[in-house]
Amino acid sequence: MKALDVLGLKKSFGGVTAVEDLTFSVEEFETVGIIGPNGAGKTTLFNLITGLYRPDSGKVLFFGQNLHGVPSFRLAHLGISRTFQNLRLFNSLTVLQNITAPMLGMHGYGIAPAIFRTHRYRATERAADKKGRMLLDFFSLSGKEEQLASSLPYGDQRRLELARALSIEPRLLLIDEPGAGMNPREIQDLLRTLRQVKEHFRLTIVVIEHQMGLIMNLSDRVMAMDFGEKIAEGTPSDVKKDRKVIEAYLGEELVC
Amino acid sequence: MNFFGSARRFLISSAIAYVILKALFLSGFLTGYVQQIILSSFIVILTSLGLNVIYGYTGQFSLGHAGFYGIGAYAAAFLGVHFKIDSVIAFIPVLFAGGAAAALIGFIVGVPILRLRDDFLAIATLGFGILVRVLLDNSDKFIEVLGGSRGFIGIPKLVNIDLVIGTTVFLLLITRNLIFSRYGLFWQCIKDDELASMVFGINSARMKLMAFTYGCFLAGIGGALYAYLYSFLHPSNFDFLKSIDFLIIVIVGGMGSITGTICVGFLWIAIIEGLRIALPPQVLELRWVLIPLMLIAVMMWKPYGFFARRESRLLGLGKES
Amino acid sequence: MELLSYLLQQLINGLQLGAVYALIALGYTMVYGVLRLINFAHGDIFMFGAFTAYYLISKWDVPIYLVFPITMAVTGLLGFLIEKIAYRPLRSAPRISLLITAVGVSLFLEYFLSLNSLFTPNYIGFPRPFEVTGYDLSLFTLTNVQLIIFAVTLFSLALLYLLIYKTKYGRAMRALSHDQEVASLMGIHVDGIISFTFVVGAALAGLGGILYAFAYPQINVFMGIMPGIKSFIAAVLGGIGIIHGAVLGGIIIGVSEVFVSAFLSSTLRDGVIFFILFLVLLLKPSGIFGKRIDKV
Repeated sequence: MKALDVLGLKKSFGGVTAVEDLTFSVEEFETVGIIGPNGAGKTTLFNLITGLYRPDSGKVLFFGQNLHGVPSFRLAHLGISRTFQNLRLFNSLTVLQNITAPMLGMHGYGIAPAIFRTHRYRATERAADKKGRMLLDFFSLSGKEEQLASSLPYGDQRRLELARALSIEPRLLLIDEPGAGMNPREIQDLLRTLRQVKEHFRLTIVVIEHQMGLIMNLSDRVMAMDFGEKIAEGTPSDVKKDRKVIEAYLGEELVC
Repeated sequence: MNFFGSARRFLISSAIAYVILKALFLSGFLTGYVQQIILSSFIVILTSLGLNVIYGYTGQFSLGHAGFYGIGAYAAAFLGVHFKIDSVIAFIPVLFAGGAAAALIGFIVGVPILRLRDDFLAIATLGFGILVRVLLDNSDKFIEVLGGSRGFIGIPKLVNIDLVIGTTVFLLLITRNLIFSRYGLFWQCIKDDELASMVFGINSARMKLMAFTYGCFLAGIGGALYAYLYSFLHPSNFDFLKSIDFLIIVIVGGMGSITGTICVGFLWIAIIEGLRIALPPQVLELRWVLIPLMLIAVMMWKPYGFFARRESRLLGLGKES
Repeated sequence: MELLSYLLQQLINGLQLGAVYALIALGYTMVYGVLRLINFAHGDIFMFGAFTAYYLISKWDVPIYLVFPITMAVTGLLGFLIEKIAYRPLRSAPRISLLITAVGVSLFLEYFLSLNSLFTPNYIGFPRPFEVTGYDLSLFTLTNVQLIIFAVTLFSLALLYLLIYKTKYGRAMRALSHDQEVASLMGIHVDGIISFTFVVGAALAGLGGILYAFAYPQINVFMGIMPGIKSFIAAVLGGIGIIHGAVLGGIIIGVSEVFVSAFLSSTLRDGVIFFILFLVLLLKPSGIFGKRIDKV
């Protein structure tokens, strides 16, 4: 069974078609990269998969399960997670709380244990605390647990965004332009981090990215989009050489 | 169960406060009027705490909180008068009935309106608050004893310092435990970014409703205590201006701070009553000219409130380690 | 025939009230459009207009044709001052603080005017500078007060539409209500236009105050509270931020209020208004003329 099946997905806003008859699939444990010029519909695709938008037609299957009508918050419980291009951290929470909150959403305790501070409450909180700290350590955020998320430097915030996405132990991780605005050295760090994520966490990854180097070195397969449609699909080197892909990027900086 | 152990500091400071106040009350040093004022400030703090849960933590802008305060007051008063209760023991179930009534209405109203965007939620709750006021004004047409615009008289005076402080401390503790648990965390996530909360598995609709219902429960308890403290209810005590009172305490105290609500709660009552005493009779009417001016000044000075997101370690209100 | 006559009479009465609500609602909607602020003090500006007119007529014997422009200028100035002194400093503060400040301004206006050295907290009789006469039109009676209200309101609306749609200030206002950041990048003087919006809204509210006082000649410092809330609901009903929404909303609320009072019961009057409000918010919060917000 494929991890993700997108079948004939279509979405328009007003008169503008954002995603047009899109079909592709992702195998479990694969890393698929999605490239395309701005406005190609990549983030809209993510929003459709994670239930933030409702598709006009078509469907999305997650390990065979139709995601139609599934409320957003349940997707996390099914095992789908994502990062946001513009970072949507919980700014008034601490770094650690940004991690433990989703964790406690997945495995928690009821109201009575919370009020009466039962053993279950304390054990669950302790476990989340411990796991959270380990996760932060993996992302080199140790020592910053008690700082407010909003007070972190931008680079740390990006890592926190990624860490948070992993806090719910997803089976499918959607990463939206992790390398946006980064300089080459930061890209190298990011690549290293993402490779470590691939190794350490057994999951399926779909990455949207402009940075060709990142996509090419990280992905098993690549899909290219333009004007809401799929224009190419295959191995990174194949797609990179594809004429339609090159044309789509003409007039844009091709970052290798 | 670690209910009391985790709140040692808070319970100690509450006990100290109780002993001091009880001594003052028994000493005869304080007039009956002042005693009533002090007790009513506890009530106001409890009710404002409810609003703090709804708005300060979860970010749901409610302008109709006094409506739930009123529902609790009238429900409790009606039950007590109907069943002719005459003891504090008998009052306790009535007290919780008042809270439950407000919570139930809060739940019913919350289901449809909590999905509205913040401005529209404000309007909806404003409308609800006024609707409650209108219903209370006409209440004698449904149930004679409620009194309508003449007011509800004859409620037994069953509330004393023990009950008020006991209830307030108990509910404050429960509230604090909720806030410093995963539920409080979820509420703050929702306030920060509801969309992101949902993406990461938080059932925001349910959590919002929970916060709202609980906040209304606290308001109902406050209302019930109020009814049996003053023995008289009038719809004008439960109007928009009263909702604003609670909102002012929450905002000026600092959203999401229990300490702030407590401090500013006392301060607010102290200022209103203090000015009544301090100003010579000729300029007494200046009170309500000065108070809004002070309010505006405070908002300009501290737009996020005095205790924004901070809790007092001394009182033991913060998260226990 | 009797019923038709009664119906039409109530309709006229409703339109009279609705016209006033529309004038007040316009101020709410314009300010919300540019600042996303619910100006809680707006109802009190309406009250201030009534009191200003009272003062001009009873203390200074100002002729009626001057009462209108002077009052509107005074309330316009009041609106300008409120924005400049109380709201502008909090432009970057959380919106809720601005709201509390607005409440503070509202309370201040009410209690300041209620001081016995100024006016009084009691009701004051408003001296209409003319005799009320009615014109019997067989089916219903039209009073000169109503004629004045309709004429003045229509005239003001016409001027307002000219202002909003035919002048550059109006264009700037509309641009600002769409996107403040972009508008300022386009060279629009944001602060100036915001002030301008407040002045116009306040002037209209002041006008509403005069007309209301003509129709119901008992004024009181708290008279702005309920009409303020109802006009606000009218603005929401029509679509908050949308000019013709405010007008339609005002008319609907005014007519509904009079009809409920006449055909059901006057005590249920206010309750029905909020019932309408809940219906709107549950079915289409963006109002009659509002755009559907694509919520997930």
